[in-house]
Amino acid sequence: MCLKNEQPYKQQRTILGVRESFDEVQEAVLTLMVDQQYSEHDLFSVRVALEEALANALLHGHSGDEEREIEVHWHVTPAHVEIQVIDQGRGYDPEAIPDPTATENLTLPSGRGLAMIRAFMTEVELNERGNHLTMIRHK
Amino acid sequence: MAEHSLLQIFERDGITNVEFVESNILDEVCIRRIGDELISVIERKGCPKIVLNFQNVNALSSSALGMLITVNAKVGDKKGKLVLASLEGPIRDVFRITKLDKAFTLCDSLAEAMSSVR
Repeated sequence: MCLKNEQPYKQQRTILGVRESFDEVQEAVLTLMVDQQYSEHDLFSVRVALEEALANALLHGHSGDEEREIEVHWHVTPAHVEIQVIDQGRGYDPEAIPDPTATENLTLPSGRGLAMIRAFMTEVELNERGNHLTMIRHK
Repeated sequence: MAEHSLLQIFERDGITNVEFVESNILDEVCIRRIGDELISVIERKGCPKIVLNFQNVNALSSSALGMLITVNAKVGDKKGKLVLASLEGPIRDVFRITKLDKAFTLCDSLAEAMSSVR
């Protein structure tokens, strides 16, 4: 997942697991995307995927502990957006999560975050430990 | 000071029509409050007939979907009906991608939803 430099807008921030920080990061990424004339559908997709990634970091990575820091990197180019979300947790095995789209699991109230990230982003990679998510959406 | 409601609720002809005040249904605290408000509405009804209007909604998280699943189950427990209205574009995609379009009754327009919930 190596990105070439095409007028890059590259930033990183270390945040606490609180709503205000999630909103700030989302607005920062979306503002850069608007500058690069991404479509409304791209903006929606990245907002939802970023929300799910941050929520996973807080709820699964940090067991809901808002004081633990989450590292977020983003890189917005005219052609694609790459975002990395890194938490300090022990990670999790995505294979251990029941398939939320299976008929027998449709009424489960949770477990859809990663599926939504995968659906809305072009490429998604989780490291072996399960605490470092990299996701890319092409314009 | 009392917290403001995150829903606008209208009653007409035995049907409860609910609109979201917030356009982004992402925040865990807001989602919990919305769920609590909806469950409170359901508990007051004998056989709830509810239309949830997504016209104002721009973004929806998996946590919000979880809340809607719980609400749908509560309505089902009371032999009522929940219909989701004004679902179009990317918001409908969320339901399609998660296959929840099979678990909920989804309607493109409010008029269609009002007719479907009767």
